[in-house]
Amino acid sequence: MTSLKSIAGRPAAVLLAAALLTCAASVADATQIERVVSPGGIEAWVVHEPSPVIAVEFAFSGGGAVQDPADKPGIANLAANLWDDGAGELDAKAFHSRLESKSIGLSFSVGRDNVRGSLRTLAANRDEAFEFLRLALTAPRFDPDAVERERTQLVSRLRRASTSPNDIASRLWWQTAFPNHPYGRPTGGTPDSVARIGIDDLKAYTKRVLARGNLKLAIVGDITSTEVGSLIDRTFGALPAEPELTPVADATMQGLGRRIVVQLDVPQTVVTFGLRGIARSDPDFMTAYVINHILGNGSSSSRLYREVREQRGLAYGVSDSLVWLDHAAVLIGGTATRPAVTGEAIGIIEREMQRLGESGPLEQELVQAKSYLEGSYPLGLDTSAKIAGQLVQIQLDKLGIDYIDRRASMIEAVTPADAKRVAKRLLDSGLLVTVVGQPQGVSSTE
Amino acid sequence: MPKPHLDLKASSRKPAPSRPFAVAMTLIAMLAATLCVRHAFASGPDVAHFTLGNGLEVVVIPDHRTPVVTHMVYYKVGAADETPGKSGLAHFLEHLMFKGTNKNPLGRFSQAVFTLGGQENAFTTSDYTAFYQRTPRDRLRTLMEFEADRMTGLVLTDEVVRPELQVVLEEQSMRVANNPGARLFEAMEAALFVNHPYGRPVIGWRHEIEKLDRAQAIAFYRRFYTPNNAIVVVAGDVTADEVRTLAEATYGKVERVVEVTPRMRPMEPPHEAARTVTLADPRVTQASLRRFYLAPSAHTAAPGENEALDVLASILGNGEESRLYQALVIEQGIAISAGAGYDGTGLDYGTFQISATPKAGTTLPQVEAAMGAVLAEVIDKGVTEEELERSKNSLVAEAIYAQDNQTALARWYGAALATGLTVESIEQWPDRVRRVTAEEVRAAARRYLDERGSVTGYLVPTPSPAKARGPEGKHT
Repeated sequence: MTSLKSIAGRPAAVLLAAALLTCAASVADATQIERVVSPGGIEAWVVHEPSPVIAVEFAFSGGGAVQDPADKPGIANLAANLWDDGAGELDAKAFHSRLESKSIGLSFSVGRDNVRGSLRTLAANRDEAFEFLRLALTAPRFDPDAVERERTQLVSRLRRASTSPNDIASRLWWQTAFPNHPYGRPTGGTPDSVARIGIDDLKAYTKRVLARGNLKLAIVGDITSTEVGSLIDRTFGALPAEPELTPVADATMQGLGRRIVVQLDVPQTVVTFGLRGIARSDPDFMTAYVINHILGNGSSSSRLYREVREQRGLAYGVSDSLVWLDHAAVLIGGTATRPAVTGEAIGIIEREMQRLGESGPLEQELVQAKSYLEGSYPLGLDTSAKIAGQLVQIQLDKLGIDYIDRRASMIEAVTPADAKRVAKRLLDSGLLVTVVGQPQGVSSTE
Repeated sequence: MPKPHLDLKASSRKPAPSRPFAVAMTLIAMLAATLCVRHAFASGPDVAHFTLGNGLEVVVIPDHRTPVVTHMVYYKVGAADETPGKSGLAHFLEHLMFKGTNKNPLGRFSQAVFTLGGQENAFTTSDYTAFYQRTPRDRLRTLMEFEADRMTGLVLTDEVVRPELQVVLEEQSMRVANNPGARLFEAMEAALFVNHPYGRPVIGWRHEIEKLDRAQAIAFYRRFYTPNNAIVVVAGDVTADEVRTLAEATYGKVERVVEVTPRMRPMEPPHEAARTVTLADPRVTQASLRRFYLAPSAHTAAPGENEALDVLASILGNGEESRLYQALVIEQGIAISAGAGYDGTGLDYGTFQISATPKAGTTLPQVEAAMGAVLAEVIDKGVTEEELERSKNSLVAEAIYAQDNQTALARWYGAALATGLTVESIEQWPDRVRRVTAEEVRAAARRYLDERGSVTGYLVPTPSPAKARGPEGKHT
């Protein structure tokens, strides 16, 4: 789940998945979503739930790593890491001390497209919690000692990632798939670029991307709509009306048919593979989602798992996901094998994708996948924070406030003919494969 | 920073490492959670606990907020119960439990779960092996029928066992061999436990995993998989009465296979020599150190000691307000990170753990000395009332946050009962935390932060750092 999120800058909607028909009604009942618009015009999707905890999830759409300049990736990530390291009159120590003494959780994360945040508090500390959020968003201090501390930690993590086969394979894959596009750059930057980021960069970025106009907000807890209205006006009201976002071009994934091998002295070889995906707004998306579940959901109900793991014992894990971004879509997956069988594993993955693309799924597979995807939705919406997170994602994806009610019937509507047509559309191309380790039976294509 | 995209969560049958930090903290949270659920939903139903005629224990945790049920089976057998020389067998058998029975051949159970939109997985620790499913509430009987069937009905052929052994070896490569930090962790545990089997990795030593086979797996299964060695935990939209009826109709029909003998593992002699281990690897980019102290677990601690260790860990090393973080990272500016944790979840022992990563330009001995000074001060002068209150409040608050996670609750009860604790001991936990005194915290620090009972592990780069070589040339 985390891994998907870090790839796509989105929560793993793919894994959270769906509402069993028998449960659909109760989920809809249990999750009455109200659109609250504050007196100041700020919108929040709210679920009223009797709970001692209030969960708040939010995003600033389009404000993610795509906003980093090409020569200085990592600004967004470093800035977001610093928003809770001192704000207003409180320095980092005082700010954290107050949060901890009230057991308030506040965190931010940067994805490719969006920057997201999360606030959790006991209902008793609600107003203070929102006040801390207001300070973090509107008056972050970026004190030099806090910036240096955070920068040092970040560079340390980036350096560690630079010798991790999984990170190398993934970074190389994105870089090859999106040359000369923000999606090809590492979201967290590089040790070199992070070293060059100045406090003025952090301030300018923060001022540009945090605005009322690109805020997506969801709140779950024991709170009235009137209370929500005044709280969110107070918290977000001082932000500018609209962000000043650098435009980002639409992109098409490159590198289909390429294989790139990087030699690294590790016992197990890591493989990243993928091809072009289907946009979230495309009418074929839901069908592609079902097809992809059949191909590589990572469990024994998927073809890749059965062929690569169960039948042949080539890997512990093999799976793939659809990743939809604002300006491109991909299907990306991975596995890891002993060096002697890496070539064989890649060959099987390619063959299975081709086979599914040519013939489409079996009728039985389609029935089972639809049943799973419908039934599993409530299982993914079983905590306040998960519900709030999903409501933010639905807003980012522009699916409409009634999406949860409509979702099951959208999956149900996928026909065998659709499945066959979309499987071909999705899978009928070569793969871009990056390999890190000491693999046998595979070499770079150029 | 993009993380490796291999989706670990989705791959099933994964073991939890034996006693890591994160697990400890989570379990503390889960434990606390149970109580808060009871406080917050004071009018709600109670946790029920009963035993069937064949010796199977059942725990029911009603939670009527969503029409979902979590069904778990814990077997009181883990890596510490393996015969020496056959490490990894408990975990290997966990994988093989998915290979089918005469009644339900390979894949049928999993497929039934998936068709419902359900989830399944399993995990192994040093002390127990657990299997679970989450589905809509009305399918509980089906889950129980399948799980009762494989309690004694497993059928294994070499055809399915051999590829699965390769899968487990790949799992070992992914979790351990490819990961210098995990290799250091294994070396530290092996050094900490000089006699007790907790020193063996749950996944096993690779040269021993390679020799596991069908016959050994079946023999292990016949020895430990029997209703009188299992605990079923059901959490969700159910009542104790309906679970009892279903359990009697399904699990109740399973005959005892063997009598279970007490779990007497070889115990530790007095530790008189502090140990250090060093793991050097070209892929290490930043030196770091960890220290493990041998400590009691919730099961073996004297009254109040376990809770005092929870509080001590929180004061020393949980979050940016903690003593280690403040001293090493903020005030002295010599470390990038510093923390502490206590894992008290074992049947026989717990561990108290400290870690720190020096800043560039600072050496490991410098950081280790500063760490030692922080510990010495707590041993010498104890903790303040303010620290005590803050850490106790924080443990209790975590509990409230965790309360709406039904699977977490089920895992807590299952783990607790599989390691010798009782439902009552779980229920009394928050009160025990609230009663911890500053003097008890200091006494726990003095007694257990004793270097003679410790292992310090250093993760260091080898002189020539790793270079990734490829056509792009710049991925180093």
